[in-house]
Amino acid sequence: MDFPILSSLILLPIVGALFILISKSSDTYKFKSSKYVALFVSFVNFFISIYLWYIFDPNSTEFQFVENRLWLQGFVNYKIGIDGISILFIILSTFIAPLCIVSVNRTIKVRLKDFLIAILVMESLMIGVFCSLDLVIFYLFFEGGLIPMFLIIGIWGGSRRVYSAFKFFLFTLLGSVLMLVAIISIYWISGTTDVAELYKLGIEPKYQNLLWLAFFSSFAVKTPMWPVHTWLPDAHVEAPTAGSVLLAAILLKMAGYGFIRFSIGLFPIASENFTLLIYTLSLIAIVYTSFVALMQDDMKKLIAYSSVAHMGYVTLGIFTINQQGLEGSIIQMISHGLVSAALFFCVGILYERRHSRLIKDYGGIVSIMPKYAVLLMIFTLAAIGLPGTSGFIGEFLILMGTFKESFLVATIASLGVVLAAAYMLWLYKRVVFGKLINKDLLKMPDLNKSEIFILTSLALPVLFFGIYPEPLLNTIETSITNLIDTYKYSINVTK
Amino acid sequence: MEYTLVFSPLLGAIMSGFFGRYIGDRNSEIITSLLVSFSALLSLIIFKEVVLNNYENNLVVFNWITSGSLDVNWSIQVDAVSSVMLVVVCLISSLVHIYSIGYMSGDPHKTRFMAFLSLFTFAMLILVTSDNFLQLFFGWEGVGLCSYFLIGFWFKKESANAAAIKAFIVNRVGDLAFALGIFLIFYLFGTVNYDEVFKQIPSVANADVTPFLNRELIYLGLNFKAIDLICILLFIGAMGKSAQFILHTWLPDAMEGPTPVSALIHAATMVTAGVFLIVRCSPIFEYSQLALNIICLVGITTAFFAATVALVQNDIKKIIAYSTCSQLGYMFFAAGVGAYNAAMFHLFTHAFFKALLFLGSGSVIHSFKDEQDIRNMGGVWKKLPYTWALMIVGTLALTGFPFLSGYYSKDAIIEFAYMRGNSIGYWASLVGIFTAFLTAIYSWRLIFKTFHGRYENKNLKLESVHESHYVMIIPLIILGIGSIFAGFFFKELFIGTNIDSDFWKNSIKFLNPLSTEHPPLSIVYSTPLLVVLSIPISYYLFVKNKNITSWLAHENKPIYNFLINKWYFDELYDYLFVKPSKRVGNFFWKSIDLKTIDRLGPDGISNLINKLSNNAVKFQNGYIYKYAYIMLLGFSALLTYLIII
Repeated sequence: MDFPILSSLILLPIVGALFILISKSSDTYKFKSSKYVALFVSFVNFFISIYLWYIFDPNSTEFQFVENRLWLQGFVNYKIGIDGISILFIILSTFIAPLCIVSVNRTIKVRLKDFLIAILVMESLMIGVFCSLDLVIFYLFFEGGLIPMFLIIGIWGGSRRVYSAFKFFLFTLLGSVLMLVAIISIYWISGTTDVAELYKLGIEPKYQNLLWLAFFSSFAVKTPMWPVHTWLPDAHVEAPTAGSVLLAAILLKMAGYGFIRFSIGLFPIASENFTLLIYTLSLIAIVYTSFVALMQDDMKKLIAYSSVAHMGYVTLGIFTINQQGLEGSIIQMISHGLVSAALFFCVGILYERRHSRLIKDYGGIVSIMPKYAVLLMIFTLAAIGLPGTSGFIGEFLILMGTFKESFLVATIASLGVVLAAAYMLWLYKRVVFGKLINKDLLKMPDLNKSEIFILTSLALPVLFFGIYPEPLLNTIETSITNLIDTYKYSINVTK
Repeated sequence: MEYTLVFSPLLGAIMSGFFGRYIGDRNSEIITSLLVSFSALLSLIIFKEVVLNNYENNLVVFNWITSGSLDVNWSIQVDAVSSVMLVVVCLISSLVHIYSIGYMSGDPHKTRFMAFLSLFTFAMLILVTSDNFLQLFFGWEGVGLCSYFLIGFWFKKESANAAAIKAFIVNRVGDLAFALGIFLIFYLFGTVNYDEVFKQIPSVANADVTPFLNRELIYLGLNFKAIDLICILLFIGAMGKSAQFILHTWLPDAMEGPTPVSALIHAATMVTAGVFLIVRCSPIFEYSQLALNIICLVGITTAFFAATVALVQNDIKKIIAYSTCSQLGYMFFAAGVGAYNAAMFHLFTHAFFKALLFLGSGSVIHSFKDEQDIRNMGGVWKKLPYTWALMIVGTLALTGFPFLSGYYSKDAIIEFAYMRGNSIGYWASLVGIFTAFLTAIYSWRLIFKTFHGRYENKNLKLESVHESHYVMIIPLIILGIGSIFAGFFFKELFIGTNIDSDFWKNSIKFLNPLSTEHPPLSIVYSTPLLVVLSIPISYYLFVKNKNITSWLAHENKPIYNFLINKWYFDELYDYLFVKPSKRVGNFFWKSIDLKTIDRLGPDGISNLINKLSNNAVKFQNGYIYKYAYIMLLGFSALLTYLIII
């Protein structure tokens, strides 16, 4: 067997975390050194994943770098592997994690070591989610991701952290339990939980609807879709910056990925049956949460609600099940990963300086923080989906794909584009432009080096992929075509 | 050559935007101006090549998006239509750059200003040189963005910020329709490249569209022929960008931006993008009589509406803004009657005289130390001789005074409309003539109130009003020359009747060739006559005997209020869209998210569990007799159950 590159990707952060754990004393010097360990590990991981992208063959329809080890006496195998869809999410995870660690200097005042461990463990689990080719393994990684996030919110969160952490946990667990039941039933029905096997075997149509709903209940909460979205704003508001970033950038994407890999891949017939449900919920998410976002006075809540709207586009695009829609959804997820991460960093930067997330406490900061203003503008525009940013490619392809399926749905969905412009520009105007009235703001310094590093490294791919998205589209094209072909084939067979 | 032309403004924007701090204000200004002027020079060379040698070119820069059958390139396409736009954009832009050096001399953020001007120019070039709808959309939104930045350039002004956001969002509404149009095109044709789309439209006989475009589509509950639906959606996009009736409200507010911006973006270039879109898509529009009629109607309505509002406004820039709106209406109804060439011609001449008027008014505002209200001006024509003379030239050209540029283009539009021979055409030509008269009245009102009569400003002494610096006057002179001669020299080229020397080639499609005959003399002569007559009339009304106008305003208070409040559009929209949105937002958030979902969902569940466990606690109270009692109850229930079964 070749070198197990995927397992190393998964394990490396955990090794780093163990290393930090066993380094004992907790004086300042050790703090610094544990941060360096975490940084080193996560950057190495990032470069490995880029190398992985480099040696990845985008024209193959098979899973690549597959590792298969016996586990639980062969009932369940530790099987991992990637295709064009998963690799982008892996890179997104390994890219965001080091940035989170860089940001951790002043935000986290207590138990920094533990915080770093939580982030690293989280990174491992997230990579695991995107590599799993076995339902049980997937479930373990998927739910395992809850724990560090729960701790991050519950320990390092704001004043209402316990309420938010429990709300987060309750919502997500509720859905997941049903998914576990579904996975067990799949084992009883098909005799395997191996995803590739299941793709070949197919699942009997009569079971599909129920199983689909069970998976849906888990993914819908994580996406989050209306009406199970209310945990997200609370979780974001209370989570520390790095937590919000991980949550928005990657955790939410696990659900979108799950929809593509499992809901469509395993239950094509049910997916077709429930298309209307998904369309309706997505449209509500897009329009409803955009209106809600318009009225927020807390910056973090506003961005959290806008995340819900953006993920509404993603679910919409996925269930168009055509080339543009699906490719658009993936680009949108990657783009939203970068943009929402950046926006939460931006809010965090202000919060660190002023200890307020309320919009009305700011105004006119362009004159004291010009660099910040420029970078925030780039991300604001990307969130609006302006051409030239990656957000445009995603949204435009999704809407194009949706339009093929239904004129009405696409038209309603595109209202979100206007609303997004309204709430984002209004936010920007109230925070950055205008007269500087609040004299306390004058003391705020402009971005320091590490903040510039974080924001520019997010801005560059946002702009680059807006002008030249081909690297992304090339990577996913074959896998998506394959997925659609399989889907169409199974629909035709049953008819 | 095309690469240099398109990318040198971008280079200028980057130099000034990112390195402005290091190279200094003056250097940034010189570099950006030189680079754009260089583009202007190249655009003239290309234009010459197109005119003399039928030059056409389509360069692929690199691949942009491939997704399934969607395949879009970054491209630079040069043909007759785009070469005209290149000249307009680059030439006006370079003059505005130079003018800005003087106009913005006191501003602390010069490098940012120049960077945005250049960036705008670049986006506009991307827009006009596209060979597909998606890149067009990129430029379309790009110019909208730059316009947003430049309107809100003075970011400390609350009104400027509000205007910037309003412009962006109203434009977005249009863009939404435009995007839907692009989706529909992709849905029907499987491509968004102009050539491939246009090729598929006509049937073999060329008289009608291919059958699949004739089929009925149901859209939002209405039945449309596919071809009509495409055209209507694209046109709504054009309405947003070109500030046509209903979507016009952002343009007057956009005057909050610095005046050079108004001249470049909100007069000469960006707002004409809608007209450009229609002309570019003439191979589609020619087949949709319904859409053409709508365009025509919207065009005349806008022309008339904006002219009536302009009659009573007092802000010098707002008058010109409404005038722009009105002139754009002319261009649209020209396109609506199928006279795309006349629309392009008016676009071309309008760019000169409207930029001239805006820059001239900027010079006036500059001289008056930022005064914009024409009621606080007057009697300064001797103090501002160049500005005055050039403004007069601009006004003559705008009103269509014989033999100046506006005369040729506006009269051509009215004549073509008349000769179209259908009722909409007649109607359009009549409204066109009447609007031309209104145009003349409000334009001369502006001139007379600004430069003649008594000096009315109380804050500034007459002595301190002074003529602008020569860097501001020289661009005005060049524009003045353009305003005088552009019509006369290019008339044959743009709207000439000689078929052999057809300038437009394949870039514009005429399904029904335009009539080469002339309409009756009463139509031909009525406009110039009214225009010439309007000068003494306005002189009398606004200088000699001002009582008449104030009497008119007083006697017809409702009409006057209706006009000065711009037909109450802002109030209507505030009532219909802005306030309800906020209410809806609050309702969704507070009543549904917090009070329904959360109360019944997570909070409800945790309350329920609390209650249940509180109840369960009551059982464990330690009294043996209660335990025994409950055991007995359970036992008897079990027994009963067993017996009955």
